[in-house]
Amino acid sequence: MIRLDGISKSFGSHAALNGIDLELQDGEFVALLGPSGSGKTTLLRIIAGLAFPDRGTVRFNSEDVTHLKVADRKVGFVFQHYALFKHMSVAENVGFGLSVRRRRERPSKQHIRARSLELLELVQLGGLGERYPAQLSGGQRQRVALARALAVEPQLLLLDEPFGALDAKVRKDLRRWLRQLHEQMGLTTIFVTHDQEEALELADRVVVMDHGVIEQVGTPEQVYMEPATPFVAEFVGETNRLPGGLHVRPHDIEIVPSGGQPVLVDNVFRKGGVWRVEGTLDSGEVVEIDMDASLTPPAGGESILIQPRRSRTFPSNGATA
Amino acid sequence: MTRDPRSLGAAQVALIAAALAFIGLFLVLPLIAVFTQALAKGFGPYFAALAAPDALSAIRLTLLVAAISVPLNIVFGIAAAWAIAKFDFPGKSLLVTFIDLPFSVSPVVAGLIYVLLFGAQGWLGPWLMDHGIRIIFAVPGIVLATIFVTFPFVARELIPLMSEQGRDDEEASLSLGASGFQTFIRVTLPNIRWGLLYGVLLCNARAMGEFGAVSVVSGHLRGITNTMPLHVEILYNEYNFVAAFAVASLLALLALVTLVLKSIVEWRFDYQCRSAGH
Repeated sequence: MIRLDGISKSFGSHAALNGIDLELQDGEFVALLGPSGSGKTTLLRIIAGLAFPDRGTVRFNSEDVTHLKVADRKVGFVFQHYALFKHMSVAENVGFGLSVRRRRERPSKQHIRARSLELLELVQLGGLGERYPAQLSGGQRQRVALARALAVEPQLLLLDEPFGALDAKVRKDLRRWLRQLHEQMGLTTIFVTHDQEEALELADRVVVMDHGVIEQVGTPEQVYMEPATPFVAEFVGETNRLPGGLHVRPHDIEIVPSGGQPVLVDNVFRKGGVWRVEGTLDSGEVVEIDMDASLTPPAGGESILIQPRRSRTFPSNGATA
Repeated sequence: MTRDPRSLGAAQVALIAAALAFIGLFLVLPLIAVFTQALAKGFGPYFAALAAPDALSAIRLTLLVAAISVPLNIVFGIAAAWAIAKFDFPGKSLLVTFIDLPFSVSPVVAGLIYVLLFGAQGWLGPWLMDHGIRIIFAVPGIVLATIFVTFPFVARELIPLMSEQGRDDEEASLSLGASGFQTFIRVTLPNIRWGLLYGVLLCNARAMGEFGAVSVVSGHLRGITNTMPLHVEILYNEYNFVAAFAVASLLALLALVTLVLKSIVEWRFDYQCRSAGH
């Protein structure tokens, strides 16, 4: 179990984190989701021991590790740009954590090598041990970085924007594969992302952050369906802001024959499995509506009537609903 | 632009010709002159001049000074570059300015600073004399002046390189359980090795070739405190041209070897940068 109490951290006059409380269970797969500058990476680094909070405590299984250095925390950290050692072969990279152990605890060279190759098999890179990082693709480097982090048998795996630098197809494959690995190895995994789709698809629980505070902690379902704040509603999934402080998802708007609000259609295009209709309300707000692909969409310039099927309001001060 | 980019216009030809003429006149011609003068009376006098006791002692002293000041500069340079590139602390920009100071101060002034500090009439001079320590007009002064003059070479080479590489590799190493020392030896040093070698080459060339600062603190004691550049000057002032140019040719040779090594390092460096795993 990981417990954070009142974590605060400033860089100069800029408050990166402001009173973060969070509890994570063993075996959980957690996403720290937020825009850049939300403090999510700083929080991950504080959990890892790569950065230290100005105030507050970090506990692993009720042991206070706040002032413990990264080397003593038994965490695996995967960096955004992988940080592979480019002068070492892939197998040497993976074995690095074992090879720097104190002599008494250090396995033999043969053992380290065998273990490295085993881990490379695990991350589906068997046979690439003799290559150098520069000779690998982005997705392969990512998996080497993972194997290297796993070699020291961490209880906790931390990943900073793990899929940020990869193209869409590779990203999708790697995501599914990471999820499997997490379950197979019984790890506790925390990853940082600014991609809400990634967080919702992958995580058991999502921690939504903005401006150094936690906006909401919940399952992907909760965060999407019951956003706690206007920020969460807008950051996670798409949302329309209608008059009266109504937040409505594009797929929760219905086009009705009568009794709705009039909308002037500006643009219609195909968006995956649905029609996306963009229009303007009389009051000037832009509205996005998703329509079943089997229906005939309205044309640009046409006037339609809409009605929200499901909506959310937040108190105007922006505090928790 | 419809012109074939490979064909050169008159302006380009003129510019290239001017550059080549400049290099030929100011760099290549003097270099040739050094060797022709040195060998003007054949190989016999040339080697005799190099084998003269004073020449040999100047060569020995120059090598000794380089052997002391270059390793010290490697240590200082890496330490300074490491601190500047990887950590934030108050006074950082001041430190960067100080590292550049030897580039902006005349070497003669650098020499005079040490005379003022350690000379017989200097601040610490009387105390040093009481304890029988000689710095000015002796080898320690020459080493100090050389270290001062060559200080920026290693640090200047490493700071941009280490800043660009960031802290990720080091943090990765630490997160895998390595100690600070292991991280330095196994991760940082290999990452900067070509840049470091480049800086060391330049530092060494300067350490062996420095004239101004060394001239002030050396006292020109023949066979005792004369480095090669100083010895060249003495021989030249005595109208002993063959000997002067013979010793000078060694320094010129050193410069050429440095240039060749530097090109090789640059080529390797470039290769490493291009294949850098990101």
